[in-house]
Amino acid sequence: MPEEITLSVFRGDRSGGQEQEYKIPATTGMVVLDALHYIQAHDAPDLAVRWNCKAAHCGSCSAEINGSGKLLCKTRVDDYVGEVIHVRPMHTFPVIKDLVTDVSWNYEKLRQIPAFQPAAKAPFTLQQRDVDRIQEFRDCIECFLCQNVCHVLREHNAKDAYWGPRMMIRIAELEMHPFDTGDRIDLLKGAAGVGYCNITKCCTVVCPQGINITDNGIIPLKERVADKYFDPLGGLVRKMHK
Amino acid sequence: MSDNMESHAYDILVIGSGGAGLRAAIAAAEAGATVAVLGKSLLGKAHTVMAEGGVAASLGNLDPADGWETHFYDTMRSGHFINNYKTVEVFAKEAPERVLELEYWGAVFDRTPEGKIMQRPFGAHTFRRLCHVGDRTGKELIRTLEQKIFTVNVDVFQEITATKLFTDNGRVAGAIAYYREDGHFALFSAKAVVIATGGWGKSYKVTSNSWESTGDGAALAFEAGAELIDMEMVQFHPTGMVWPPGVRGVLVTEGVRGEGGLLRNSEGERFMEKYDPQRMELSSRDVVSRSIYKEVQAGRGTPHGGAWLDITHRGPAYIKRKLPGMYEQFMALADVDITKTKFEVGPTIHYTMGGLKVDPLSCATNVPGLFAAGECAAGLHGANRLGGNSLSDILVFGKRAGDGAVEFVKGHEGTPKIDDSEVQAEIDRVLRPFSSENGENPYALHEQLQEIMATHAGISRTGPDLEQGLQKLLELKERARNMAVPGSRVFNPGWHTVQDVHNMITLCEAIIRGAIERKESRGAQWRLDHPDELEEYGKINFVHKLEDGEVKTYTSPVPEMPAELKELFNLGAAPGIAKSGKKE
Repeated sequence: MPEEITLSVFRGDRSGGQEQEYKIPATTGMVVLDALHYIQAHDAPDLAVRWNCKAAHCGSCSAEINGSGKLLCKTRVDDYVGEVIHVRPMHTFPVIKDLVTDVSWNYEKLRQIPAFQPAAKAPFTLQQRDVDRIQEFRDCIECFLCQNVCHVLREHNAKDAYWGPRMMIRIAELEMHPFDTGDRIDLLKGAAGVGYCNITKCCTVVCPQGINITDNGIIPLKERVADKYFDPLGGLVRKMHK
Repeated sequence: MSDNMESHAYDILVIGSGGAGLRAAIAAAEAGATVAVLGKSLLGKAHTVMAEGGVAASLGNLDPADGWETHFYDTMRSGHFINNYKTVEVFAKEAPERVLELEYWGAVFDRTPEGKIMQRPFGAHTFRRLCHVGDRTGKELIRTLEQKIFTVNVDVFQEITATKLFTDNGRVAGAIAYYREDGHFALFSAKAVVIATGGWGKSYKVTSNSWESTGDGAALAFEAGAELIDMEMVQFHPTGMVWPPGVRGVLVTEGVRGEGGLLRNSEGERFMEKYDPQRMELSSRDVVSRSIYKEVQAGRGTPHGGAWLDITHRGPAYIKRKLPGMYEQFMALADVDITKTKFEVGPTIHYTMGGLKVDPLSCATNVPGLFAAGECAAGLHGANRLGGNSLSDILVFGKRAGDGAVEFVKGHEGTPKIDDSEVQAEIDRVLRPFSSENGENPYALHEQLQEIMATHAGISRTGPDLEQGLQKLLELKERARNMAVPGSRVFNPGWHTVQDVHNMITLCEAIIRGAIERKESRGAQWRLDHPDELEEYGKINFVHKLEDGEVKTYTSPVPEMPAELKELFNLGAAPGIAKSGKKE
């Protein structure tokens, strides 16, 4: 007989809801998304969960498992032996239904970041060491778990003041591209609000891609803002060179 | 049709938001058309994101002897010459330009020591040809297109499912779709429509495909009068995960073999020596898949019915740099460290070579105003697709479909009309599962469909098996007319599955009918009762049409290559090798 496990899954919509328990047979190597699919096929055909690739490439199935932001497809049920597995939607975004949240705000912000502005026509001559850092950032799967955990967005809902770690990483990959001629420093200091990040590194910890969001992305961006706005000597030199 | 229904009007409607759809939309928008893109997932999540190994283009960064002729040669040979040569020619010539364009839009490929785009070897490509970013090339491609889409004037509709195409006197007029979020309908009138909805690998149980690959656009177009071709050609990728059960079928990139991975059976033998001593592990996918299958059948399989793949000799640092996703995937999902130990792999459904029959240059279907590009279209890959060719396919023909649609709109005055009563009838049809009495469970039907396809139209096929499969499928088709779902229209996956199952059954019938008719073995079609590749079948494609609700199957001649292209196959070696005098 396969071992039985218990999932407690949030069921509800914009108007509210509560967790509901399901008991299902576990199989070897089962991930939480498999368990939810079992529930869909046998108990609750209308259980809403967003997923695509089931291989941790697409970043669709973000949710909170026993309080931590996770990809459902990459989280094994045998990580929770003897525990009830509580599955809830991401807290920072409005619930649509069950585990599906409205993440459209992230796409609005992605659209507002000034795009790549190349200095030359392709093909570029670029060394691997010059692109290692931006390739790290471009490994992002847009799961928005970093946005979900960022306390500026999560506890304070300050979405109008700070665009969150995902947007910082997108800006960083552009700013650090050797062929980019754009300047997003004013944006960072202003609307995107990089100053709101106080380096608790929760985003780095939660990132399923292991991107060093804070140290490699956000802190260098903060330094660029500081160089431009808060460095009197550098500012003087720049003025003289104008 | 209700008066307050949401409705939109565009020059061009693109259905599908993967690589082909986004590239088509960019092309159409840059030409000044008004464009909408519909996707049933969030932007950037489409199946393109799962492509791993690379995008094939004969840039010749490592092998200067490479060029379009050799890419053409490799693609025709792997397709066993039932590809449309004109499609392949255009593809091989334009792929390099499409890849460089991505770099200009912000894609960041791995580099050579000279600072050029790095290219890796891949199965049955004569030269090192796959531009890549580690083992996550598809993500780089779709992310770049997503970021480009933000800079052009395109309206993107996310998580919306199109259920029907409308025509006006034969010309396509638009589509109806519902938002997955709350189930409300929207009508999209358009002067031209581009289908870019990918393949239908989800018709099979063991597959590397995401849930989305249910063939929606191809089925909708077929029902609107478009023709399907080469449907019997369904690709098994040789290396999917086989253990644990929950990940059975998940892709193990061909990049593992491209980077030097070795295949062995349970006796430790490098069995590819028996099946393709020249190309070994880097033989074409159809050959490697069959070889693994034969080893398992002969009792030389791994504990869970696959083959061993071993890359440990490349060392942990190299593996983690070039194959980071594979390392992570096996660690997280299978508790296997691929830098230290061999691992099990086995064939998994990966790609559908067949699809909508399109013009090689404009991507037009036989329905006026209806275009198709990417996996849902056919002609490029013939009987077997080369790894890396799908990513360049979606770029080359995504652009061509967008351009083709724009040209069509310029050449045809006026906006076709959508009949109100047809719209209402479609809404009624789509909502029926909510009021159906004793209807079938869509999840159960999906599982039964997968069972039928795996058992009767899998890697090895016979006439009687296929006939029996067809009967079972037709019974399933009847039962699928009455599916039922509980709950509301708000993000209801059961209801969404109803549409998916309908579309897959439509296409699977064509798969089986094509496989029955092709009484030979060629590429992905392996008939145990007709084991040889036969000359007469090399001259025909099987074409399916819907006539009075019935699937009818015809043949059409494979277009004949002009003399100068035929000559490329008479040089004694691949063109790049014959011309440069260099050995492979």
